[in-house]
Amino acid sequence: MASINRRGLLFGGAAVGAGALLTACTSNEAAPTAAQTKAVDAAAGGNAAPGEKVVIGFSAPAADHGWLAAITTNAKAQAATFSDVEFKSVESGSDAAAQRAALSTLLAQKPNVIVLLPHDGKELNSFGLEAMTAGVQVVNLDRAFPDRRAYRTQVLGDNYGMGVAAANYVIEQMKAKGVAAPVIGEIAGMDELELTQTRSKGFSDTLTAAGFTVANRRAARFTVDSGQQEASQLLQALPKIDALWNHDDDQGIGVLAALNQANRKEMIMVGGAGSKQAIEAIQADDSPLKATVTYSPSMASSAISLARLIGQGKGLGDLVELQVPKEIVLSSETITKDNAADYLKFGF
Amino acid sequence: MTATALETGRKRLWAGESGESVSRNLILAGVLVALLVIGAITQPQLYGDSAWVWSNVLSILQLASVVGVVTVGMTFVIIGGGIDLSVGAIVALAGVWSTTLATQSFGAGGMIFTAIVVGIAVGLVNGFLISYGKLVPFIATLAMLVAARGLAASISGKQTQISSSDLINGIASTKLLGIPILVYILAAVAVAGWVLLNRTTFGRRTVAVGGNPEAARLAGINVKRHTMLLYALSGLCCGIAAIMLTAQATSAQAAMANLYELDAIAAAIIGGTLLSGGRGTIVGSVLGVLIFATITNLFAINGLSTEAQNMVKGGIIVAAVLVQQFRFQSVTRLFNRKP
Repeated sequence: MASINRRGLLFGGAAVGAGALLTACTSNEAAPTAAQTKAVDAAAGGNAAPGEKVVIGFSAPAADHGWLAAITTNAKAQAATFSDVEFKSVESGSDAAAQRAALSTLLAQKPNVIVLLPHDGKELNSFGLEAMTAGVQVVNLDRAFPDRRAYRTQVLGDNYGMGVAAANYVIEQMKAKGVAAPVIGEIAGMDELELTQTRSKGFSDTLTAAGFTVANRRAARFTVDSGQQEASQLLQALPKIDALWNHDDDQGIGVLAALNQANRKEMIMVGGAGSKQAIEAIQADDSPLKATVTYSPSMASSAISLARLIGQGKGLGDLVELQVPKEIVLSSETITKDNAADYLKFGF
Repeated sequence: MTATALETGRKRLWAGESGESVSRNLILAGVLVALLVIGAITQPQLYGDSAWVWSNVLSILQLASVVGVVTVGMTFVIIGGGIDLSVGAIVALAGVWSTTLATQSFGAGGMIFTAIVVGIAVGLVNGFLISYGKLVPFIATLAMLVAARGLAASISGKQTQISSSDLINGIASTKLLGIPILVYILAAVAVAGWVLLNRTTFGRRTVAVGGNPEAARLAGINVKRHTMLLYALSGLCCGIAAIMLTAQATSAQAAMANLYELDAIAAAIIGGTLLSGGRGTIVGSVLGVLIFATITNLFAINGLSTEAQNMVKGGIIVAAVLVQQFRFQSVTRLFNRKP
């Protein structure tokens, strides 16, 4: 008893009070962005009519950023639009080994089709083979398996195409403005990832073909604060910039903050991925961000639709073939002020 | 006898402050100037414009500001014989917690309050586990690194939380007398840290606890409580840094302040802080942060790759520790005779 003095009591009381106040502050009740789903259009004579029941297993890495979170949300929501689909999602932990373990338990439940976004296509290739051998069809999402026997269908984004689309927009704008030798900056994502290299290659290849070059390139880490830091240094390196491509809209919040803090508005900026925030900014047209090139998490919704058709042995309505194709690579589309309204529902 | 031990300890600290560490800090300042000169030589057309040079100096200071504040806290922990691997995670947690919609509804004051209280609270948990739970600092703060990022991810729902407070965002975009507010904050924290370390009993106890905890205990210092306070101080710095980083990025997310623990430890080490505790200066640590920021800037203005930059940073850390080891060995040979 003697050890509880007045000061201790005071501090203790303050701590408990602050704690109570703060726990109330974790609530984050924002309206969630709507999932990107599409019900099958019955009038188009598609595959709308409920067919035989398909059990779809789903696995994606634990989300650490908005894009990955949207992948899981979309898959779940798209599955819910079908009355003939039973959706089984497993938590996949934070690395390839954990995902592998989760996938084994999923495989033991014998779903008809497994849709998975692997941590790493090369590391989980063997699981694809195992599942296909066991007679479970595998739909790979976003991160390709090297072995073509390891999957029934792959749905991929186009990283190289993102670079090409961004460069094409930059070239078009520079020609329209009559800038003969533009100063072009690039804020890349995590440089140790192959996808970042592929994006940058698409960008520089296309620029080179038009006689332009990237004046300076900084690699951020897909996070907002790294985007801000790298952009602040890029701005120091290039006192005047005509065009800037930033690979990822999430880190783009930081890039725009850096432009704002340095009071630099002379350039046009192109984003990447197509977040809701970016599309709204393009629509509002009050910042240097004039366009973004898509890498949409809507691919998860499409993968679920394809998985259902594969499970039912049906093909795509508009194609001649009776079965779903082996590989679909989404094209990277360019969102500008003119078409932003159409894409808003795809923003994540 | 204990009083004499403290007295000599204090004398040595003051001797160190006026002698060895000052010369070390002069060397660091020389390295900093050399880096700027390399910049001027490699980019003469940029450095020819005095307005650009001024904006570049401010940009380096802003780049250093957030890590600088974290490093001041880290320096105290390391001098006190510990290590805090969780600083980046605490910055992220405090940033995320202070930008939830619920917190933002209380305005800028509520956000600042939340970030600081969360920082101190997490620091206290670290300190409690280390002092009273007898966990090794490395393990306790490593666990906190993982746990705090996890909590941040769960609070934010893995989304980026935009700060809609103009007051907070203004911290990064407003200048006072031509100097960004972020730089003033770094200066204030550094000065406060210097005074706390060199002019108060708290500072002397920190050096004593880090240098020889058993001797400090025998001299009547409550080592456990002091260690706990050191981690709380580091947490406080992280809370301040979280506000600064949120202002810079106009948002917060669970993945922010990635690897700040390494940046802060590296800056403290090249600033002359002894990893085993008992010695270090705030001036050295701040110079360490400035050196790293200047290297980043140097690589950026020359359009060199981030990989090369990271390798150079690694090389500098190794070189600084090697130099320190040789110097320290000669010092210990003189002073440290085992009974």
